[in-house]
Amino acid sequence: MRDFDYHLAADVEAALAQLRASEDGKIIAGGMTLLPTLKQNLAAPTDLIDLGGISALRGIALDGNMLTIKAMTIHADVGASDVVRKAIPALATLAGGIGDPAVRHRGTIGGSIANSDPAADYPGAVVGLGATIVTDRREIAGDDFFLGLFETALEPDEIITQVRFPVPDQAHYIKFRHPASGYAVAGVMVSRTKGKVRVGVTGAGPYAFRASDFETALERDFNPQAIASIEISVEELNSDISSSAEYRANLVQVLARRCVTALI
Amino acid sequence: MTLEVKLTVNGVERSAQVEARTLLAELLRDHLKLTGTHVGCDTTQCGCCVVHLDGKAIKSCTILAVQARGKAVTTIEGLAQPDGTLHPMQEAFREHHGLQCGFCTPGMVMMGVDIARRNPGADEDLIRHQLEGNICRCTGYQGIVEAILSVATPGAVKGHH
Repeated sequence: MRDFDYHLAADVEAALAQLRASEDGKIIAGGMTLLPTLKQNLAAPTDLIDLGGISALRGIALDGNMLTIKAMTIHADVGASDVVRKAIPALATLAGGIGDPAVRHRGTIGGSIANSDPAADYPGAVVGLGATIVTDRREIAGDDFFLGLFETALEPDEIITQVRFPVPDQAHYIKFRHPASGYAVAGVMVSRTKGKVRVGVTGAGPYAFRASDFETALERDFNPQAIASIEISVEELNSDISSSAEYRANLVQVLARRCVTALI
Repeated sequence: MTLEVKLTVNGVERSAQVEARTLLAELLRDHLKLTGTHVGCDTTQCGCCVVHLDGKAIKSCTILAVQARGKAVTTIEGLAQPDGTLHPMQEAFREHHGLQCGFCTPGMVMMGVDIARRNPGADEDLIRHQLEGNICRCTGYQGIVEAILSVATPGAVKGHH
């Protein structure tokens, strides 16, 4: 790892100011992806700006039908939160299944979403639950947030402050864990709110997306058989040493059907 | 960039001059000479470097030393009583033969303490899932799981090998 200048930000404004003043600055949240990346010299920022000291960026609150999770809230806290467990149990399950316990004690929701790792869990929840990403300057619809492999709608100097999840009537998340890394080979979040269905998919493609053919079919008939004959196109899916695109397409099918089965 | 890092390690105030890029594991091992914390993979996978930061298990190879500034770190050296009386988890590892070569043991014990604290009454299945981030290359998991189970859920382990 190359050395850098380290800054502990007092608040979001100070973090933004330092980021703009730095030649090639990087924000560090939990560091669960960034530090391994730096260790491999895949990135070599001149400055690291740490959000870890900003207590205003931590916390979970339910206001009516809106669950707000602040950006620096760690996965372990979301997984163990009674508020989350009651409002959106599928989200607590998702957070409690990320990585391993030590990773869940450092990794944050904001960091995970900002990174847009194709195999991360939270992006599946953002699109599968229709979340809103709140930054220092605006609100971004979850459907418009993930743009590509490790690419999001965030500006280079924009910081996520919280994520808002509308509470669905029902939701269920299942991931097929890579046995070594714990990342999602594929993960599916199905949610239902007043007859509207969302199917969020992570792990399978370069970034989290909605399986809209599944959604349309499930809105007509919320039954696993309703999507059994709908094929997911393999064109855009990931293929690697562990799983081909065809295998992932099949996994998405199977996981989506299992989610629906769990909800009926 | 050189920084002064002050933190509490095993109940004692410590300070060290480190580079910004210095990892907590390096601070503990190279600067403070607490070599009980092992670095196995250095890629956040094996769990040999697990310590407690403000009471929570973390991987010390994947946090900067400066990020632990002002916080309390507990390492494997800090678990036993000053008179040498073992921590109940260490005693359980001895009792259930929860180690073979011993390289992963510090991380396993520190994670075991964390698992038992968060999951009183845990069963074997939960403990195995909670150990997903700790790898034993000797594959000696049976004794490790029994040791943690015996602390988390007294009476759950029947008999011995």
